[in-house]
Amino acid sequence: MSLVLHQLRYDQKAFWRNPPAVFFTVMFPVVLLLIFATVFGGKTLDVGGGIETTAYYVPAIITLSVISATMQSLAMSLVIAREDGRLKRGRGTPMPAWVFIAGRVGNSIVVALLMLILIATLGTVLYGVAIPWGQLPAILVTLIVGAASFSCLGIALTAVIPSQDAAAPIVNALLLPLYFLSGIFIPDDELPQGVIDFANHFPIRDFFQAIFNAYLPGGQSGLDWGNLAVVGIWGVAGLLLAVRFFRWTPRGG
Amino acid sequence: MAEIAISIRGLRKSYGDNEAVRGIDLEVHVGEVFAFLGPNGAGKTTTVEILEGYRKRDGGEATVLGEDPAQARREWRERIGIVLQDCRLDPYLTVRESLELYAGYYASPRPVDEVVELVGLGGKAGERTGRLSGGQQRRLDVGMALVGDPELLFLDEPTTGFDPQARRQAWEAIAGLRALGKTVFLTTHYMDEAQQLADRVAIIAGGEVVARGTPEDLGDRDSQPTTITYRGPEGEVSLSTTTPAATLNELTGRALAEGFELEGLEVKRPTLEDVYLDLTEQGVAE
Repeated sequence: MSLVLHQLRYDQKAFWRNPPAVFFTVMFPVVLLLIFATVFGGKTLDVGGGIETTAYYVPAIITLSVISATMQSLAMSLVIAREDGRLKRGRGTPMPAWVFIAGRVGNSIVVALLMLILIATLGTVLYGVAIPWGQLPAILVTLIVGAASFSCLGIALTAVIPSQDAAAPIVNALLLPLYFLSGIFIPDDELPQGVIDFANHFPIRDFFQAIFNAYLPGGQSGLDWGNLAVVGIWGVAGLLLAVRFFRWTPRGG
Repeated sequence: MAEIAISIRGLRKSYGDNEAVRGIDLEVHVGEVFAFLGPNGAGKTTTVEILEGYRKRDGGEATVLGEDPAQARREWRERIGIVLQDCRLDPYLTVRESLELYAGYYASPRPVDEVVELVGLGGKAGERTGRLSGGQQRRLDVGMALVGDPELLFLDEPTTGFDPQARRQAWEAIAGLRALGKTVFLTTHYMDEAQQLADRVAIIAGGEVVARGTPEDLGDRDSQPTTITYRGPEGEVSLSTTTPAATLNELTGRALAEGFELEGLEVKRPTLEDVYLDLTEQGVAE
């Protein structure tokens, strides 16, 4: 276990010194929140019994931040490390494989938690979106289950990414449309029901619903077991695929 | 009889129809630098990756530090260090941090500062690895393989693609391993590298060992004819002799007696390069 913390410590250092990683994982969600709040702000949405646009976008951007810090960040950084030969080098040491993976997943969960704090703080300071302190346990459970599940999906996704150059296009081609269809960018009341039905087949929509319901002030008091369970099942499926198909050695020449 | 670090008998490995390794026998002694020399595609990396525990063999026996590398137990990994042919470093960690990270993987690592000095990166410990030159990065690779204080190090083509200065730096780091009493298994396709670094050499071509010996006697180089060339009154002369002392004595005697000079006199034994090219061409032709 101390070896996991050792690995996590150096993964954290490397992460925070990597400008593209920090920009896309930390700054990009902040910029999106500012844009959406500015462009669409000041309206009441026909969602959750009528809420402000900003109250909608805070949990939406938290959802995006968590997926970005876990699935997106892991898929890209693991493919880069794999093609660099760094994963292979690590496998040549006594360090068990699970320690390495646990370190990376731990790194992602730490960043996801920091993003929750950052977006929630910006939401309340800039837009007066109250932080539902009473539902904090529910929010944290939802976030950790989601972060772990999307980490597993990100690790599994590396199996179909052939090269470093292909990593960003493949990940974005998968996530960006689903963000639109799942109500992250466009509020639910603007989306046709057919689109939402389609998005319901994918875990981003379920995770967004779980975060949204946990974050909704005075809402259903927190844990959205149904949606969270679906996210967890996707996570387990990702884990099984990752165990079966993850590669430690470079695929390219 | 020297202790055996690596023992291979009839090692075989195929990829589909391509038989990359066709029955190799080798022994590497404890404390020696052993070079596995051969052209690209000869089966060097396949062999070394079987010994490192990365690949499974199809046939034959392999024992590395008394164990089957296909098992690759954690305790066994404590005792070996690996420098891969092509492996980049984490560009956002410093030299010291990279070594600390790897030191943490081992039960009893060497002190990190000592390793920094051993591989000659004393002035660069706080530098991010992305800012190091190619030769410095390679020395850090060696340092990361060394930080666990292994008994045996594998170096797969440690200087391929390097400029002469970077090669020299990498060579110094490798020569330092011998001074530490480590056993080193080195693959290379540079003859001068094998000659410079190795106690013993095996030449591989087409998946088979075609010659083995010390860099001096490889391919019976020491008993092959010596070539003597010069320009005399009769023009360019090239003689091949197995008794160069007698031939030269006769020649210089005649030159003094008849009063001519042996212009451009050269006495050449076959170089390791001649032997190597000769042997590997045969191997490829088969």
